[in-house]
Amino acid sequence: MKLNGAQILLESLLQEGVEKVFGYPGGAVLDIYHALRDYPLQHFLFRHEQGVVHAADGFARASGKVGVALVTSGPGATNAVTGIATAFMDSIPLVVLTGQVPTQLIGNDAFQEVDIVGISRSCTKHNYLVKDVKELAKTIKEAFYLARSGRPGPVLVDLPKDVIQSKAEFYYPKQVSMRSYNPNYTANKRQIQKSVGMIKKSRRPLIFAGGGVIASNAHEELCALARKLQVPVTSSMMGLGAFPGNDPLHLGMLGMHGTYVANMAVNYTDLLIAVGVRFDDRVTGKLETFAPDAKIIHVDIDPTSIRKNVSVDVPIVSDCRQALAALNEGFEQTGSEEDFPGRFASWRDKLRAWNEAHPLTYDSKGKSIKPQMVIETLYEITQGEAIISTEVGQNQMWAAQHFKYNKPRTWLTSGGLGTMGYGFPAALGAQVAFPDSLVIDIAGDGSIQMNIQELTTAVSHQLPVKIIILNNSCLGMVRQWQELFYEKNYSCTCLERIPDFVKLAEAFGAEGYRITEQQEIEPVLRQALASKKTAVVEVVVDQGENVYPMVPSGAGLNEMLLV
Amino acid sequence: MRHTLSVLVENEPGVLSRVAGLFSGRGFNIESLNVAPTMEKGVSLMTIVTGGDELIIEQIQKQLRKLITVVKVVDMNEVKHVDREMVLIKVNATEHTRAEVLRIVDIFRCKVVDVSPSELTLEATGDQGKIKALSNLLHRFGIKELARTGTVALRRSMQMKD
Repeated sequence: MKLNGAQILLESLLQEGVEKVFGYPGGAVLDIYHALRDYPLQHFLFRHEQGVVHAADGFARASGKVGVALVTSGPGATNAVTGIATAFMDSIPLVVLTGQVPTQLIGNDAFQEVDIVGISRSCTKHNYLVKDVKELAKTIKEAFYLARSGRPGPVLVDLPKDVIQSKAEFYYPKQVSMRSYNPNYTANKRQIQKSVGMIKKSRRPLIFAGGGVIASNAHEELCALARKLQVPVTSSMMGLGAFPGNDPLHLGMLGMHGTYVANMAVNYTDLLIAVGVRFDDRVTGKLETFAPDAKIIHVDIDPTSIRKNVSVDVPIVSDCRQALAALNEGFEQTGSEEDFPGRFASWRDKLRAWNEAHPLTYDSKGKSIKPQMVIETLYEITQGEAIISTEVGQNQMWAAQHFKYNKPRTWLTSGGLGTMGYGFPAALGAQVAFPDSLVIDIAGDGSIQMNIQELTTAVSHQLPVKIIILNNSCLGMVRQWQELFYEKNYSCTCLERIPDFVKLAEAFGAEGYRITEQQEIEPVLRQALASKKTAVVEVVVDQGENVYPMVPSGAGLNEMLLV
Repeated sequence: MRHTLSVLVENEPGVLSRVAGLFSGRGFNIESLNVAPTMEKGVSLMTIVTGGDELIIEQIQKQLRKLITVVKVVDMNEVKHVDREMVLIKVNATEHTRAEVLRIVDIFRCKVVDVSPSELTLEATGDQGKIKALSNLLHRFGIKELARTGTVALRRSMQMKD
């Protein structure tokens, strides 16, 4: 039987195991929305296409599955771009379906026409314009395959209206073969042997885990390696949760707002074992002084990540999980006569001393609420049993520093692109993936206003996400830079007019809470977290509080500003 | 340093903009770019002349390979190869200078492909050095227009050692 393009699309989604789709309808995708009623797909209607894509992204990060977003042509597609770029920078698997004007109108500046394949070229892993309905099923198959394989990423499929309306036999290919795309998953044996040898020779080894560990589900392999050898672990922001934050071997995050001990460890290590990272500038600081004494082993599935920013001694192009498993095996084969834990003990002692000398801290003496207190209380109440998403800026850094992520896929944040407005819709996507989990968005008063319209979405789909707004009445991180580097000229960062978040929440049909005194923090948070409804908790915090440690832009990691 | 990259690509709409966009988006430089179909159906060959230090050239090749529509990338500088470029030059050739221009045509084994009372259009093929030498010599007569194909290159059949 012949199906129309819309039906073929939805059949293909079912074949891929998709159950939940995030979207926003429009003229060019009407046929798809019409066909939706006949398919067992749950559709989540958002209020802005940026929210749609962030939600699909949050769903993907939390669940490990491919997130699916469906938006219309023109403005629907351009609104989706920020979400796509966010996913691209953080290697998140998405399939983004955009409507397009009918093929005969393409290029004619038709109503709601935009060249989204052209626009999204540099922020997708790959993209397609489907010109023939006979190509549709194959294209969807390829899109999912590309999104989830190799280094994952968003794939966009542009669907002209006439293609969606015309008919073809439905045949879903079982396999994909693309001669120009063959990601390498297995680690080169010789490189693994070499790495094992270098770890054996090292005195001050350090594992640096990134988002690739989470993407490849290498959590257990990483824990096994670190614990067996008793090698300390630091994480990039994207790597938080790859190694348990409450493990004594974990030094916390490194980089611009990393812990003192993590940055000092990088500075003094003689062997940096970097797994699933790309040496972003926020991690390395000044490249010339990054890990000055270290040989570097770098595992990443993407060859372009290797030797892009930092020169390495042992490059390993591989899936992180396979490489870590091979390293574990390498140590098993060579016998355990050597006492690694004992050998690295003095190194760990040194790190412990650094951490005791300069732990993560803040001045908690005054009456005002410090944002760090709120995050610490959240951790105490939840014991880490929550999925945390963040917006971008100070709220994100405090959430990265003061909450411990003990499991992978419980920390959702826009690392590479730094997208304000990401956290709330991403939290909704995570809640869709895990309806029974506690999902919390840690926000600032600035960034929450970027996608606050999704409160409607949360309430109408009964997604009981909790939003904790650390309200310091300013764009805190930008203000911090102005204070430290721009003569305290607080140009356009003080938000004089802030909405009444409690009333706003109530107007959307959610619960609203406000915390203004220190002693209210715990009871009110407990009350809000226990609620079955979407809840907004506004916490009025000290405006002058800054994120420390801080490595000024362009400085070396050992040049931290401390509290 | 200048490198000549041979890039086999799937011949589908947008492939040129994917490659060109990669170069502009990442701040790589394209000195010349030539694209045409190959013997194999559905596959085109791009010859890209670019420049940069070792790390940049490595990154360019890796980034090209990462594009889904790129089948194969070969750095011609790594192998023995022949490279050629064709140029069409429209040069002033008056009564007084025509004989001299034609002598140069002869020496450089160019062809005259168009004639007018005051101009000659020449076709020349060669490597970059030859094209440069030719245009330098013709400069004094006044080059009116010039069109170049960009370099094309093939690996030599016999990879002799130096």
